[in-house]
Amino acid sequence: MRHLMNPLDFSVGELDDLMNLASDIEQNPDKYAHACDRKKLATLFYEPSTRTRLSFEAAMLNLGGSVLGFSEASSSSASKGESVSDTIRVIGCYADIVAMRHPKEGAPLVASIHSKVPVINAGDGGHQHPTQTLADLYTIRKLHGRLSNLTIGLCGDLKFGRTVHSLIEALSRYEGIKFVLISPKELRVPEYIREEVLEKKGIPYQEVEKMEDAMPNLDILYMTRIQRERFFNEDEYLRMKGFYILDKEKMELAKPDTYVLHPLPRVNEISVDVDDDPRARYFEQAQNAVYMRMALILTLLEINVEA
Amino acid sequence: MLNISGINEGYVLDHVKAGTALKVFHDLGLDKHDYTVAIIMNVKSNKMGKKDILKIECPRGAIDLDVLGFIDHNISVNIVKDGFIIEKRKLTLPAEVHNVIKCENPRCITTIEQELEHVFILTDPEKEVYRCKYCEEKYIRK
Repeated sequence: MRHLMNPLDFSVGELDDLMNLASDIEQNPDKYAHACDRKKLATLFYEPSTRTRLSFEAAMLNLGGSVLGFSEASSSSASKGESVSDTIRVIGCYADIVAMRHPKEGAPLVASIHSKVPVINAGDGGHQHPTQTLADLYTIRKLHGRLSNLTIGLCGDLKFGRTVHSLIEALSRYEGIKFVLISPKELRVPEYIREEVLEKKGIPYQEVEKMEDAMPNLDILYMTRIQRERFFNEDEYLRMKGFYILDKEKMELAKPDTYVLHPLPRVNEISVDVDDDPRARYFEQAQNAVYMRMALILTLLEINVEA
Repeated sequence: MLNISGINEGYVLDHVKAGTALKVFHDLGLDKHDYTVAIIMNVKSNKMGKKDILKIECPRGAIDLDVLGFIDHNISVNIVKDGFIIEKRKLTLPAEVHNVIKCENPRCITTIEQELEHVFILTDPEKEVYRCKYCEEKYIRK
């Protein structure tokens, strides 16, 4: 039995298989409509995350399965002081697979150690959010037809943004990847990403502050939200919040195949007038996340759907 | 010159960094046992300038060498039986340490689930980096 805690839990080859399956699901949804008949997904969300929870639930429903769960800790037994390991032992009696979101880092790993059904980390604090990374990889592969030889621009909060860290780690396993890290000094990628991933693997990267300087060379521009909850000082947040705003003028500097992604939700970092640009693919990315989650559920449940 | 007799059975920990013997004593959990222990501090050393030494009279296997390797893998371990050194053991950094250090990340699951083991994994042997098994927070030696 396998779990998914970290996007690196899957080898490059296994990720390829997963993306191929997602692609087949996307092209032949009817073939998979009953693949999970009588199977149940439990969504254990100890903190609210409507988007991720609904995406998981949509994925299971698309496969013919059903869903149960809770969407905040106060409506779970955690409010009575039950441990994660006890909860998962009980939930394993009700469901075939579990997606867990928890504010404490490592909680899904604790669950996986004690679980008799596969556990998917649906986000644990500022640590990992592997299914977002899977969706990002699938989207990039779909748009460019490859995950190698790409220049990836990451823009915004590169310090606290876990999706950025996971994506850098995941992409660093492919050949010919270059990163352009666009952030204010205060929000640069943490030292461990620079030292233990980029420099250790000899991956070329540059750190720039001005978005305009990076735009002409990118294959992907991955925008992120500056998160209010990361700042102690409201003025500092407001200053950072306005630092990068992608608008039509900046998009004119980009190549015709520079695609814009964003893990969503956005605040003001992408102007709504960019939404109609054919290179803006963040809503498609959310759709792709459902296909990848469907592929993941099938893979972890070891369900093969014959042609 | 201070004279401390040898031990009959147990461990002599040599080349302990000067001034750290008491920390080693506690980290090995020796305060929880009634073994006879001699702690010699600030001994002159050709190799280190100054060093500490611990002589522990205890049964073989009573010292967790993994923990000792984590504390300081440069310590020389001499295993003594019947008054003679029968083995010199070279320490290595253990792949994992259990319940020796605690994760200090306030967002880590170990902060709210008290019964969980505190496990750290060696992720970079070259730089001697240990990370929490659950949240991957780096352990910073004090």
